[in-house]
Amino acid sequence: MHDKTLTELATALAAGEFSSRELTESLLARIQRFDGELNSFITVTGDEALAAADAADSTRARGEAGPLNGLPLALKDIFCTQGVRTSCGSRMLDNFVSPYNATLVEKLATAGTVCLGKTNMDEFAMGSSNENSYYGPVKNPWDLSAVPGGSSGGSAAAVAASLVPAALGTDTGGSVRQPAAFCGITGLKPTYGRVSRYGMVAYASSLDQAGPMARTAEDCALLLGAIAGHDPRDSTSVARGVPNYRAELDASLSGLKIGLPKEYFGDGLDPAVATAVREAIAVYESLGASVREVSLPHTELAIPAYYVIAPAEASSNLSRFDGVRFGHRCENPTDLIDLYKRSRAEGFGEEVKRRILIGTHTLSEGFFDAYYKKAQQVRRLIRQDFLDAFEEVDVLMGPAAPTPAFDLGANKDPVSMYLQDIYTIAINLAGIPGISVPAGFANDRPIGLQVLGPHFAEQHLLNVAHQFQQVTDWHRCRPAFAGENA
Amino acid sequence: MMQWETVIGLEVHVQLATQSKIFSGASTAFGSQPNSQACAVDLGLPGVLPVLNEAAVAMAVQFGLAIDAEIPETSVFDRKNYFYPDLPKGYQTSQMYHPIVGPGEVEVALDDGSTKRVRVHHAHLEEDAGKSLHEDYHGMTGIDLNRAGTPLLEIVSEPDMRSAKEAVGYIRAIHAIVTYLGISDGNMAEGSMRCDVNVSVRPKGQEAFGTRAEIKNVNSFRFVEKAIACETQRQIELIEDGGTVIQETRLYDPEADETRSMRTKEEANDYRYFPCPDLLPVVLDRAYVDHLRSSLPELPAEKRARFESELGLSSYDAGVLSSSRPMAEYFEAVKQVCGDAKQAANWVQGELSGQLNREGIDIAESPVTAEQLGGLVKRVIDGTINGKAAKQVFIALWNDEGQTADELIDAKGLKQVTDSGAIEAMIDSVIADSPVQVAQYREAEDDKRGKMIGYFVGQVMKASRGTANPQQVNALLKEKLDQA
Repeated sequence: MHDKTLTELATALAAGEFSSRELTESLLARIQRFDGELNSFITVTGDEALAAADAADSTRARGEAGPLNGLPLALKDIFCTQGVRTSCGSRMLDNFVSPYNATLVEKLATAGTVCLGKTNMDEFAMGSSNENSYYGPVKNPWDLSAVPGGSSGGSAAAVAASLVPAALGTDTGGSVRQPAAFCGITGLKPTYGRVSRYGMVAYASSLDQAGPMARTAEDCALLLGAIAGHDPRDSTSVARGVPNYRAELDASLSGLKIGLPKEYFGDGLDPAVATAVREAIAVYESLGASVREVSLPHTELAIPAYYVIAPAEASSNLSRFDGVRFGHRCENPTDLIDLYKRSRAEGFGEEVKRRILIGTHTLSEGFFDAYYKKAQQVRRLIRQDFLDAFEEVDVLMGPAAPTPAFDLGANKDPVSMYLQDIYTIAINLAGIPGISVPAGFANDRPIGLQVLGPHFAEQHLLNVAHQFQQVTDWHRCRPAFAGENA
Repeated sequence: MMQWETVIGLEVHVQLATQSKIFSGASTAFGSQPNSQACAVDLGLPGVLPVLNEAAVAMAVQFGLAIDAEIPETSVFDRKNYFYPDLPKGYQTSQMYHPIVGPGEVEVALDDGSTKRVRVHHAHLEEDAGKSLHEDYHGMTGIDLNRAGTPLLEIVSEPDMRSAKEAVGYIRAIHAIVTYLGISDGNMAEGSMRCDVNVSVRPKGQEAFGTRAEIKNVNSFRFVEKAIACETQRQIELIEDGGTVIQETRLYDPEADETRSMRTKEEANDYRYFPCPDLLPVVLDRAYVDHLRSSLPELPAEKRARFESELGLSSYDAGVLSSSRPMAEYFEAVKQVCGDAKQAANWVQGELSGQLNREGIDIAESPVTAEQLGGLVKRVIDGTINGKAAKQVFIALWNDEGQTADELIDAKGLKQVTDSGAIEAMIDSVIADSPVQVAQYREAEDDKRGKMIGYFVGQVMKASRGTANPQQVNALLKEKLDQA
């Protein structure tokens, strides 16, 4: 049963083929058996999961089950979960047990889903390889010497290894789409403001957005419907109705206008990835879509702008971790300054410190205009690039990442790591939605096709992705690790 | 000797009287158990987000309208970043670049009856921090976050004031406006109004400002006056001794009556302000602002002008009676009942204020209600009782011996005797009982008699148990004594 999609599991649960408890027990056993090596979970909540599964089975017995009732999933350890450690992949929060639930967590619980645990991640969502976790790196189930991508690497690896049928991640610069691509699953970053950020530990507030990670676009549609919507506790969540994201999945793509940003096919793109993406686009042409080249002229400014804005916000967002009220506190502080300095020096990892320093610097007196203000201007230009492109085409397509998953330890230089996000980061700056869909392999490592749409076009993106998955099998491929013969 | 001029600018932090905090639903009530009114948002837990309290916006706009300020269509919240244990998030959410209230003006009444206009540079919304408690923790520091997130309106003046008196007048004017509007309780003892005072001195006639020092957290009218006085003195002495004033933050110590350096400009924090990404810009549409404008109550300056022009009060009386909303409302209610503005003014400022001051009671909590006092004054005006009896009735009302003045007048038999026959009878009996004094009076020169008649008036009033009309007694006595 672990190989089924979320949608198939929903059907099987509804048909009484097995109970949520049986499903949960089976998946917990798989986690127990395989995750020692994979390291995709930071915390497994077995007892809570079984209790939730029993409750879901009772709900079903009463005839009150909704579409997600009894479905197991995992949460990136960035979502606050009441009574359960919420570490954000950091030593700083290793001892933090949240006293409240994130809105997304509440919504998923209300829908009757069963949370199996909290998945590993780059510390405070800062990273593209999941090597920045206090709890150690996650391995890519397709190749244990490769990274799963980041920062939602634990969520991606757990789904790819069939330890859970779906998981929730967050995406600030590509953290859902890039690991989805590296692990051969489907991952959606919704429009900024579509999903409440309340209870999601903030990295860069104006860019952070939660999204579903699953095997198929159809599964992502099912999950997005459960988590989207206005939240009065998040002022930046948008008061806009939530459509049935599954309603248009089967719509024909005949006449679909696809734009290929020429900047997304330039230097630095691995030829195998380029080939896989072009083949995927040919599939769309066979489905009746037309393709043309477009330009997003400010693309090369996206990474510099992001690495001003995101660290600036992060430097402020992470100030609350000061050792005073919660989180790591150093031993025997001699005075207040010592308490601050040592608690933060010990609690934060290297990449987090690097970004705090960058952000603190760019916001400083005398530098603010040159960095932060300028970056915000660039951000408007980048957004305008996309708005202009969507005047001409319905969706944009390109690679989700420049290469397939790289080896653990291969990217030592921070700047070369930052370049991993070259095709994903501008999407966060513009606030538009994007989805990564499995589209092939290079050396047995998965490749992701990225599809982008205008603000609030999730329904259409899911339709475009789903139609691809009706005529391709990439999303059905499973790694040998934790497979039938493992 | 050089003549110096003091230049003063004030930053007044007014705690807004919202039910809940500026960015969370926690209560703002004062005096609860530490940390019992701090929710997840106030504690700055990971993942929490602020949601702006609309009541705080409305109050800020009302203040802006009351000082005739520009109300910009858009205002923006910024983060002011610094570390402090009672600042849970490591930043204070404030408004640095686009405040909710633009330039305005406050009319300040001065002691000599004149007024002065002080310009307000802007006013912005921000959240308060918590409190660090250094006592009772055995050398450690306790943190109480009940106050964290309480909405503050910081009102920043131009450096328009030239004396401590003007500065106090300005704070009183701000106090009157915010209490009239009902947007703050104005309780300085509980910290509802706190001031940072910027002080500099310059030779009289010089245009350029001197270097200023900022005195933080001065928390009463009296301390503002004293802090300015001693800081002015310090700066003048420093310069006259050949030193220079440096830009710095200082603290006023009321016990030593001196200011002390807290930190210099070089030690000042770089607050790294930037727009708060968790809050949307506040956009006010015209209709909303117009609605708030149309619901503004009559403000102190308008009231003062009306008290003078319509009620014929002196400018001093009008100033005192309009100085706070409870005072003005009390006075107007007394006037309404008794029908005479001047009598009402005299009683409110005289007997009532005296008693309130002696007992340290605020007029809003006066044991004698405005209706009761109005009923009493009415009986003075219509001659039912004389002034002396009225004071007795007032005390009886204060001590809750009866519900109304009329009831007490009856019960105590204080009704003024104006029947001249009755008064004559009493006078005759006093004259008959005082042959010595009568003889002395009649032998005295005219100009001495005025004083001597007092004895007889006293005797007659005593005989009437204070109820005789004193004017009548005086006139009839004079007539009878002068007859012989």
